[in-house]
Amino acid sequence: MTLTAAILDYDAGNVRSAKRGFDAAGAAARIVRTADEARSADVLVIPGVGNFDSCMAQLRASGLEEVIRDAIAAQRPVFGICVGMQLLYSGSEEGDEPGLGLLPGSVERFPPTAVVPHIGWDVVRAAEGAEDDPLLDGVAGERLYFVHSYFAVPTDPSHVVARTVYGGVAFPCLVREGSVVGTQFHPEKSGPVGARLLRNWLEGLG
Amino acid sequence: MNETPPDAPASSPSRRSDPGTVPSREVVIDAAAPDGLAVRVIPCLDVTEGRVVKGIRFVELRDAGDPVELARAYDRAGADELVFLDITASSDERDIMLDVVSRTAEEVSIPFAVGGGMRTVADARRMLHAGADKIAFNTAAVQRPELLAEAAAAVGGQSVIVAVDARRRDPADPTAGFEVVIHGGRTPTGQDAIAWCARAADLGAGEILLTSMDQDGTKAGFDLPLLREVTAAVSVPVIASGGAGSADHLAAAAQDGNASAVLAASIFHFGEVTIAEVKEAMAARGVPVRRIPPVDRP
Repeated sequence: MTLTAAILDYDAGNVRSAKRGFDAAGAAARIVRTADEARSADVLVIPGVGNFDSCMAQLRASGLEEVIRDAIAAQRPVFGICVGMQLLYSGSEEGDEPGLGLLPGSVERFPPTAVVPHIGWDVVRAAEGAEDDPLLDGVAGERLYFVHSYFAVPTDPSHVVARTVYGGVAFPCLVREGSVVGTQFHPEKSGPVGARLLRNWLEGLG
Repeated sequence: MNETPPDAPASSPSRRSDPGTVPSREVVIDAAAPDGLAVRVIPCLDVTEGRVVKGIRFVELRDAGDPVELARAYDRAGADELVFLDITASSDERDIMLDVVSRTAEEVSIPFAVGGGMRTVADARRMLHAGADKIAFNTAAVQRPELLAEAAAAVGGQSVIVAVDARRRDPADPTAGFEVVIHGGRTPTGQDAIAWCARAADLGAGEILLTSMDQDGTKAGFDLPLLREVTAAVSVPVIASGGAGSADHLAAAAQDGNASAVLAASIFHFGEVTIAEVKEAMAARGVPVRRIPPVDRP
């Protein structure tokens, strides 16, 4: 069964790349700008690139915020990428806007000693206890593409599926809570390994 | 919980000011994975009127002048990122570039940047909306540095590259410093290149694409002193450009020049050096690299 994926277009993410990534992973992805279009899809994808506050403002202005809230309340599958994942938390050190507050936790910045932004291909490592997580099959130990200065920290460490070590911090790069999965890296920009991760997720929804 | 796992590899020498106090807590170290952020290997494509300009003798392309097809080939060959340099002048040709960008976004699974002729935040937004991951400002940012702050506020600093063309004030005098040149290297500004890089990063540029005009086209290797000065002066990643003639030149720019990424054009296009050879040379020097993915994965 091919799952349909709604790529939320709120003018703050690379929707074309996200569509290509989910299509390549076996979904039937559509770029959507309205709540109605988004509701009919099997899964929601929240891309996101840029400044936390401006992404949050764009999301509010788009009218797609309620779709995300409803989807998570209804336990529908949601995939957040980069800032699209960060927005689900309560807020960010990057800005003043509150986040959606749908996941418990906050968004922090790398320490000033690090070369920031963290840009490039870095190693995704299974968190303790998540070594056999099906999401990480063919992914753990591989490099995926990052471009960010901030990262989300869930309140509950059991939500962390994988971490990446950079700037002296082992930060969460793959989180999961309920029906929501979020990545700090960009699976849609991470070659065959990124496609593998998306396939793992879609297949797990079965 | 806070102990280093027994199978943790000896930490590789830190190339930068990373404090080395990496917490191992809750991280299962994969002993097979070399440590650290990989240094990116970036082919640069010059594009005009929708075609790659420099003669390309890349392997087995149906249309070697098609930037999208070339981008796909480099993606498959293990390039970590791509840069398109739009060397067109007129605005209608820029629409052709937008089409190249959107088709590339639909075809490649690695990030790519677009530079050349970017003058406004609106230019940046258009390119990013078409599917580019980053845009590079050069001359326009030198002429009006606030452009970098405006662009970073609008699209996020991580998508904003400042491209800096630097030239030695006196090639015979290593202490004479470097100046910024604009208009594709034709116009000297007198401005100190190191100071400009630092200011551009402070204004919000998330990355510096640093080209040595002295070395560009010589194939004699990168200007390592220039690279070291800039990487010491800024805390954002620096992409080294200008002078690549061999795989080891690129590896040296990473290891001795502290570059976060290395860029080359003709040596890749003419097949003189492959992406794989560059990564081998880097790995031989202990520089972290991304493995080239197997070709046949679906």
